[in-house]
Amino acid sequence: MTPSRTKFELKLGIATREAFGKTLVDLGRENKDIVVCDADLSKSTYTSLFHSEFPDRFVSCGIAESNMAAIAGGFAYAGKIPFIASFSCFVMNKGFEQLRVAVAYPNLNVKVVGTHSGISIGEDGPSQMSVEETGLACSLPGFTVISPADEVATAALVRAAAAHVGPVFIRTGRMKAPMVYPADQKFQIGKSIVLIEGTDVTIIATGLLIAEAIRAQEKLEAEGISSRVIDIHTVKPLDREAIERAASETGAIVCAEEHLVDGGLGVRVAQVVAETQPCPMEFVGIQDTYAESATPEQLLDKYGLVARDIIKAVHRLVGRKK
Amino acid sequence: MQPKKNLVEMEAIAKKLRREIVEMIGAAKSGHPGGSLSAVEVLVTLYFDVMRHDPSNPKWPDRDRFILSKGHAAPVLYTVMAECGYAPADKLNTLRKLGSVYQGHPDVRFLPTLEASTGSLGEGVSLGLGMALAARLNQSPSRTYVMLGDGEVQEGQIWEGAMFGAFHKMDNLCVIVDYNGIQLDGFVKDIMEVAPLAEKWKAFGWHTIELDGHKIPVLQAAFKEASNTKGKPTAIIAHTIKGKGVSFMENNPKFHGTAPTPDEVQRALQELQ
Repeated sequence: MTPSRTKFELKLGIATREAFGKTLVDLGRENKDIVVCDADLSKSTYTSLFHSEFPDRFVSCGIAESNMAAIAGGFAYAGKIPFIASFSCFVMNKGFEQLRVAVAYPNLNVKVVGTHSGISIGEDGPSQMSVEETGLACSLPGFTVISPADEVATAALVRAAAAHVGPVFIRTGRMKAPMVYPADQKFQIGKSIVLIEGTDVTIIATGLLIAEAIRAQEKLEAEGISSRVIDIHTVKPLDREAIERAASETGAIVCAEEHLVDGGLGVRVAQVVAETQPCPMEFVGIQDTYAESATPEQLLDKYGLVARDIIKAVHRLVGRKK
Repeated sequence: MQPKKNLVEMEAIAKKLRREIVEMIGAAKSGHPGGSLSAVEVLVTLYFDVMRHDPSNPKWPDRDRFILSKGHAAPVLYTVMAECGYAPADKLNTLRKLGSVYQGHPDVRFLPTLEASTGSLGEGVSLGLGMALAARLNQSPSRTYVMLGDGEVQEGQIWEGAMFGAFHKMDNLCVIVDYNGIQLDGFVKDIMEVAPLAEKWKAFGWHTIELDGHKIPVLQAAFKEASNTKGKPTAIIAHTIKGKGVSFMENNPKFHGTAPTPDEVQRALQELQ
């Protein structure tokens, strides 16, 4: 936990996928056991940067995610630290069976990075979007699941993932991400960050929805509602202590994520709340549907993933608390 | 280093392993005898002649590796590993029992000397590719061997791996297809024909060898040819007999996944003296 700050400029930084690709090059320089596999999307996932510098340690798998996921298992059995990358929807859905039997079941040291997560990829539409992968990743025993908010968080957490022994999924996005953190922010897997302290309600979010939560908090504050904002960058294992404290101290929780509500962060937080300090909750996320083609901004607005939707949820909660 | 055995010794080991396979599956009252018995000579040849490995140093980085992609044939792998000293020989009859190192399908959590957990068909070629790539990066002489079932090659992932193996010139990888012609629901030709199998691997860019998978000298020559083949991986299409060595199991689809009764175990053991 770090001291809360009151002012967030939320200037656009680079996309989290790009921060991943850049960090991977640094890691490659530091550790020769790191190898990278990609399935014909290296320009989009930014693993092309690693490819340029370490051609011997980059493996082109072609458009074959199942094969790629199990190759990563083979690499890890032999002591390497493989990073495999593709769009979240492809690596998780097409690679799921292999991530289950060739990675999770033997608990291998494989790092899976999904880019183009959520619906904010925009115009390409739902076949390329990923709204189920966090639920799928969390369902794999032993997997650590990380969803960073901005470039600073991504760089630090990709680094933490490489140092962590065990399977990790990291969820990154296509669009430029608003900058939440100062460059020197410290991150620890499994330890959430309270961005803003508050007493009436807690907003627990990940990824792009962190910026929306901060925007919502500022407007709610003007209305006289004090909101705590927590970045729960590690979706699994959850920071149970921070959730319990939020439930106990604020008595109401909104979860916000760019993912289906079914199987997402919110239901996982709700489990902890139910087990510890039951309190009213609301869930901002995608409601049992697939999106469509449009600009990212139009989609986030239409599918209820902006500050306005968090504010509405807080208003409902304030009503329910009485 | 595992000392090499001569032909007479290997044939005796093969017979012993067949007896153990029948006994352990009989004791477990469930399991897959047919596809274990068909693979015996391939595994005996690998573990007692071809592969460079050291049971006293199972994690030797430069060892050759074997992956049983057709994980349901776990008993044949367990018996050969026990014979080498990688696993307890006196516990074979705990197969499939709670807490046993001999899980229903190979599981590295319970038997860490295994090279891989398998059982969901189609993944072994890819796992082998990962290990072979690591060996190449390490400039290690380690070779990787992967045994597939013939029904297993119906899985699409096998052919993703086949394409990859040729493209990346993985000449330190050798695949063996246990071509016994039978899968769970019946004869492969009636469920989903895989023939012509050698031609398929060849078309994907592999060196192929077709042989009688029960003839140890033929297998020895083939594995030598595979390791001498540079620039491409080798696929050995091993024609075998499901249930080999036990008359009432041979070519009988029933014994793909059915354990012998106590009476059948006794009859089988008599045949395998």
